[in-house]
Amino acid sequence: MAAILEMRGITKTFPGVKALSDVNLMVEEGEIHAICGENGAGKSTLMKVLSGVHPAGTYQGDIVYRGEVRKFAAIGDSEHLGIIIIHQELALAPQLSIAENIFLGNETAAGGVIDWTQCFQRARALMTKVGLRESPNTLITNIGVGKQQLVEIAKALAKQVKLLILDEPTASLNEADSAALLNLLLEFKAQGMTSILISHKLNEIAKVADKITILRDGSTVETLDTAKEPILESRIIKGMVGREMTDRYPPRNVEIGAELFRIDDWWVEHPQHSGREVIKGVSLHVRRGEVIGIAGLMGAGRTELAMSVFGRAYGRNIRGTATLEGRKLDLSTIEKAIAQGLAYVTEDRKVLGLVLTEEVRTNITLANLEGVSQQGVIDEAREVAVASRYRQALRIRTPSIHQRVVNLSGGNQQKVVLAKWLFTEPKVLILDEPTRGIDVGAKYEIYGIINELAAQGKGVIVLSSEMPELLGVCDRIYVMNEGRFVDEMPAREASQEKIMASIMRQYGTKS
Amino acid sequence: MTAPALNTSATREMRSELLKDSLRDYGLLFSLLLIVAFFYVITENHVSVAPVNNTNLVMQNSYVVIMALGMLLVIVVGHIDLSVGSIVGFVGAVAGSLIVYQKMPYPLVIVISLAIGAAIGAAQGVLVAYGRMPSFIVTLGGMLIFRGLTGSMLLGQFVGPFPRGFQDIASGFISNATEFAWIDKALGAWGHLKWVSLIVGVAGAVVMFAMSLRRWTRARAGNMDAEPLLLLLGKNIVFAVIIIAVAYNLALYKGLPVILVIMGALTLFYGFVTTRTVVGRRIYAIGGNSLAARLSGVKTERLIFLTFANMGLLAGLAGLVVAARLNSSTPSAGNSFELDVIAACFIGGVSASGGVGKVMNVVIGALFMGVMNNGMSLIGLGIFWQQVVKGLVLLAAVGIDVYQKSKG
Repeated sequence: MAAILEMRGITKTFPGVKALSDVNLMVEEGEIHAICGENGAGKSTLMKVLSGVHPAGTYQGDIVYRGEVRKFAAIGDSEHLGIIIIHQELALAPQLSIAENIFLGNETAAGGVIDWTQCFQRARALMTKVGLRESPNTLITNIGVGKQQLVEIAKALAKQVKLLILDEPTASLNEADSAALLNLLLEFKAQGMTSILISHKLNEIAKVADKITILRDGSTVETLDTAKEPILESRIIKGMVGREMTDRYPPRNVEIGAELFRIDDWWVEHPQHSGREVIKGVSLHVRRGEVIGIAGLMGAGRTELAMSVFGRAYGRNIRGTATLEGRKLDLSTIEKAIAQGLAYVTEDRKVLGLVLTEEVRTNITLANLEGVSQQGVIDEAREVAVASRYRQALRIRTPSIHQRVVNLSGGNQQKVVLAKWLFTEPKVLILDEPTRGIDVGAKYEIYGIINELAAQGKGVIVLSSEMPELLGVCDRIYVMNEGRFVDEMPAREASQEKIMASIMRQYGTKS
Repeated sequence: MTAPALNTSATREMRSELLKDSLRDYGLLFSLLLIVAFFYVITENHVSVAPVNNTNLVMQNSYVVIMALGMLLVIVVGHIDLSVGSIVGFVGAVAGSLIVYQKMPYPLVIVISLAIGAAIGAAQGVLVAYGRMPSFIVTLGGMLIFRGLTGSMLLGQFVGPFPRGFQDIASGFISNATEFAWIDKALGAWGHLKWVSLIVGVAGAVVMFAMSLRRWTRARAGNMDAEPLLLLLGKNIVFAVIIIAVAYNLALYKGLPVILVIMGALTLFYGFVTTRTVVGRRIYAIGGNSLAARLSGVKTERLIFLTFANMGLLAGLAGLVVAARLNSSTPSAGNSFELDVIAACFIGGVSASGGVGKVMNVVIGALFMGVMNNGMSLIGLGIFWQQVVKGLVLLAAVGIDVYQKSKG
């Protein structure tokens, strides 16, 4: 096999930071090449150099693509040659149809007038190819994330893709959709297409990749060949963090106390469709010092449950009771929920968790400004002290507490969100996907924080679609499906298979 | 890990970001000074800096400054208010009618008028915040409604004149120490100076100097990022010179205008609210990310409502000022004022997407517009060309802003 792409000695500096230093990447025709690395290791920058987002001349080194040194001045140049990137944040127009999106910027038109017959025919052909069973007329906003991902791939195919680059394609997909997507990649590979896969999900990489290039701190560490030896996840992690991580979850040894918080017979209706129950009679309890997990597929209703409990931030006609330390709670507003000791660390930190344009300091105090003010006037010295304390306690890596959070890495942003909620001094913390999109090292630190909170006698509820994570950090796991709790098990007796089985069992009885 | 190396470079970057922020602020002030200098050179006998002209300048543009303070909050929280010009007209019409036809005492009329302004703002705020209607549309409706009501109330008539006390809101001066004969005599040749203006100016400069020094030493003590002392001193000296020069200039004419005192007090108040209070912090958080703010327990609806009510109140005040200055209520009072006010905010660097904006910069933005209006009139540029120039300046200001951001 010949190399389709070779990036040689790529060095890219931003003012004050060397993002890439002498990176080498060799991708052979027809393989799936995975790129791994912690956040900030330089994966995205490397892909931006390749695609021409960072144009030739702004970096040192050579890009050799299909035998020639290329100098891309813009994205259009690389796309023209069949290098297509699908970004983590999908670039689809939600109010346009599938067909329109597939040919967006590449319309089947003559003289600016769209030929709709051809557009739909070609769209259908491409949709069959990626296994998307929908009408080409359907609007993007009406299909799920999994199918949207397929539209992106169809869009790439429409551009005569030779080298497909996927940046975290499964980050927001459930297990079934992820598996389907990976199978599609394998199918394309059989047809001779080359792909580069960037992912944090090491089990997926281990499953489909032929070669794995590992980046760390802007340099190439090594390229592993799965044909020569089977690569274990632990081997990849070792390359990424530069040391052996014998344990991905910190040990915990916590005394579990009396019952702290419970929800009984909790029902929630969909906010727009009245009468459609989204949460159907859920009951749960957390003890002091206990970490419970809620497992389930995408759409099981975990986030909806958490948000409906947290001051009715989701849903309508909410029924059921919530009790904290034996006292019935009034959860009618978010403010009251916070005041009574609840904290909800949201799933999407950029959209729901942080004010990105503001400083680390102001983000940390946002949910408890009363704690740093008197008669409505903020005591700046006290606020600085609070922010500095959490920066130290949670090891938030930022040059200063006055840094805008938009400039922080994902893991550190997540720590800022955690700090915000810790400062409200909650008794019960609900963590929704607490480690999504952050790297292995930062994950370990977040797990450590969870343990510490439990050790302080708080109750912690973790919502996660990564089952190994739940198995690693929880004491007890509830399994949720279609708005119901279908099973409950102590974590030491649980396994991924067992959780999946309880979800499937419910489907079995239904049909 | 290469943490230490990374940290220092990141710190340096942050420093430069801080510096860039302040450079932007000073850039705005510098452009204001530049345009003042420009008109100084270009006008005949330098009339643009004549004390009488500066006094007029303050009085003519007070309404823009007053309303820009409210508009800043509205834009920061992520909305817009197009109705303020019509509220100015409407409140002026109501006030004029009450004083002239109902013979009400003017202090009572002032209270009623402010309440009406606040009520109009509150009503629009309810629709925007709780009714979730787009503010652009709600206030476009308000703009039409209150312009129409103004016209129908006044029936094309000018209503006036008003008692002296009412007029003083807009065109009065703080009474002067030299009115006491013995002081006047003691001052001799200096007696023509309106000393109160000068004293207030000097006192203001000294207080400002002392406060920023105190903040600086505190920041130093608290190990916060403090700017270099030299920069701080230089900056304060420049500010002090400007303040004292303006105070001296006004002292050469009739002294300190009442409206300047009102403007100054409001500027200080809103500066304090936006930077030091819980309410201010929350308004900026809503503008930055309303979902995150809501999930942090911020009552987003209530605060959006309050920014609109506050805007109405300030528009009501501006309505009184305009009526008092013209000494009559007119159907066209406040026409297209909303555009001047919004333009002042954007020239002052307020972000159109919300969450970002500073009181001081907005005031400078308003003064910038005022100086331009005034200067262009002095050199006899036609009203239509004035609009063209203002439009170009707005585009240039925002263009520079966007360019700087994309670079940084």
